[in-house]
Amino acid sequence: MNDMRVDQTMMTTDNKITARGVQVHYGTNHALKDVDVDIRDKMVTAFIGPSGCGKSTFLRCLNRMNDTVASARVTGKILLEGEDIYDPKVDPVQLRAKVGMVFQKPNPFPKSIYDNVAYGPRIHGMAGNKAELDEIVETSLRGAALWNEVKDRLTEPGTGLSGGQQQRLCIARAVATSPEVLLMDEPCSALDPIATAQVEELIDDLRSRFSVVIVTHSMQQAARVSQKTAFFHLGNLVEFNDTDKIFTSPQDPRTESYISGRIG
Amino acid sequence: MTDAIATGIPAAGPRRSILIEDALTRKRNRSERRFKMYGLGAITISLLVLFVMLFTIFRDGYTAFFQASLTFPVTLDAEALDENGNRDPAELAGVTTIGYGNLLRAALIQHLNAEGIDLGGVSEADVGALISRDGPAQLRDQVLADPDLIGQTIELQTLATSRLDGYLKGRVTMETALLDSNISPEQLQLADRLSEAGIMTTAFNPGFLTLPDASDQRPEAAGLGVAIIGSLYMMFLVLIMTLPIGVAASIYLEEFAPKNWFTDIIEVNISNLAAVPSIVFGILGLALFINFAGMPASSTLVGALVLTLMTLPTIIIATRASLRAVPPSIRDAALGVGASKMQTVFHHVLPLAMPGILTGTILGLATALGETAPLLLIGMVAFVNSYPAPPLDGGFLDPATALPVQVYSWASRSDPAFLERSSGAIIVLLAFLVVMNAVAIILRRRFERRW
Repeated sequence: MNDMRVDQTMMTTDNKITARGVQVHYGTNHALKDVDVDIRDKMVTAFIGPSGCGKSTFLRCLNRMNDTVASARVTGKILLEGEDIYDPKVDPVQLRAKVGMVFQKPNPFPKSIYDNVAYGPRIHGMAGNKAELDEIVETSLRGAALWNEVKDRLTEPGTGLSGGQQQRLCIARAVATSPEVLLMDEPCSALDPIATAQVEELIDDLRSRFSVVIVTHSMQQAARVSQKTAFFHLGNLVEFNDTDKIFTSPQDPRTESYISGRIG
Repeated sequence: MTDAIATGIPAAGPRRSILIEDALTRKRNRSERRFKMYGLGAITISLLVLFVMLFTIFRDGYTAFFQASLTFPVTLDAEALDENGNRDPAELAGVTTIGYGNLLRAALIQHLNAEGIDLGGVSEADVGALISRDGPAQLRDQVLADPDLIGQTIELQTLATSRLDGYLKGRVTMETALLDSNISPEQLQLADRLSEAGIMTTAFNPGFLTLPDASDQRPEAAGLGVAIIGSLYMMFLVLIMTLPIGVAASIYLEEFAPKNWFTDIIEVNISNLAAVPSIVFGILGLALFINFAGMPASSTLVGALVLTLMTLPTIIIATRASLRAVPPSIRDAALGVGASKMQTVFHHVLPLAMPGILTGTILGLATALGETAPLLLIGMVAFVNSYPAPPLDGGFLDPATALPVQVYSWASRSDPAFLERSSGAIIVLLAFLVVMNAVAIILRRRFERRW
């Protein structure tokens, strides 16, 4: 037991998030069974698997978004830099400022582009004055590769942008709170190929600053953007390895079937 | 395997042209046309009924806004009104409306003689009866308010009695006058001569909107003043009570409350309360606010409390529906950047739900505005002919009536002159409702945002 603790602290030196024995129940439905995953810092980790395999569920455990689902029950340990995020002392609000999230459907607030990005910094008191806030907004929009497209119309509603722009606005909004981890739940599923390419490029850029976890249905996308890939099937983590290895020499027959298109 | 598939596909029949309607399509089209006809018929019938209703109300009611009045010079004789000549208010008040009535009658007869109008055998008392019984009272108030008028000759415009007004509006005819102890055909003939001479005229009557209610004997002087003020007071109180309570309760139930059997019971009961007949709330108000808490009966405060109880469930249901209509993605977005539950609700959910909440509230208020039954039970049907004080002077505790109650009480009076006033009050009530609905639409348009 003591040994395990030592082991864990060692892991946290290069692991941003360490998940051990995570189980999720939705009422009587056992959605996630005993998942162990290590999310490395400054790397993109992709979760792949057929629909309903629990990959989004697991992603939502990482910033406790499952708390909003009344029937969800999470057990096991998830450590963010060695601290248990399910510790009763943890305020999920504080956690979510550190672990940002981008959703499947672009969901900008029905406010101006500026206010969309400035909202997080405002509520977390990150800017002392207007100039600082302006700077955060600009850096975030630049970080999301959107600045050049919207710099002249920051006061226009964010909902008026195209789908791809909206999704990048949501990424800018998530980036603005300076998170340590960015969770992305199928961020490109509602986008056309061009917008998808832009967002993928962006994900690659973001890797230099935080660790990114992305859930995707597209195996090509996982192969393109991620360094680590986890394959989920029916609530189990089947295989977790370097992306190259998953796609070239999968260890588990189920992984092989999935990436070759036979299941899912 | 192949056999099974082959038998699953229906055998191809003879080729049918799509230019010819087959029997099944014809049948379907016929039933569709029939359904459209039913719908159109239903709408036509409801529009027709609505039109008939509005037409009747306006036909019967618009005359309430116009009133016949008599205009003639009156010399406010100092000897009659102020015997001692000292303008002492107490002594001036000693002259009753009977004294002023005599003065008015004498002045009218004198004016008729001066104009050379034949009285046509109408006795002096009957000439005096052409003047509204409210005329002397109004003149007395005028003099008491301004004693300097005494000794002067003023051009007075005073209301004609409701029978004369009815004669001009066609409600009273020579035939009905024969059967009516209040008016005679001779008086009506005199009235014709008065009209010709320009002494009796019909004009817009602002008093209908400003004057308080009047007794059965003088419908011409009855107005909606107290009822309008009472309704406005109640709307104000209902608004400031229901909006915070209703919105707070809805937000708590919708966003914060755990989903368990207890909140389920609350939910079911709110829906049930919305279906409780309004008169039950009146009984509750009578027992709770008047008998138990000892609040003054007939007061707008009690009326507003009862209407608040009645409106709350409706507003809570409307508010919850509009909160639920805010897409969950907005909540996720806010929570995702680390907003707390309360920040999520107040920064994002509530502004988006606002148009729905306001519409629901205003429609709830409109229902409350038109509500009669519970107000009858708490005494707002009483005859109130003094205005409630301004709100800051305790006006909410003063007795008042409300528009729908005034409609009810006028409609139940025997004098046919009150029928037109009742319809006129309905027009005013409808105008209020139209304004409120218009405000609801404008607010919805203004706040509506796409997401």
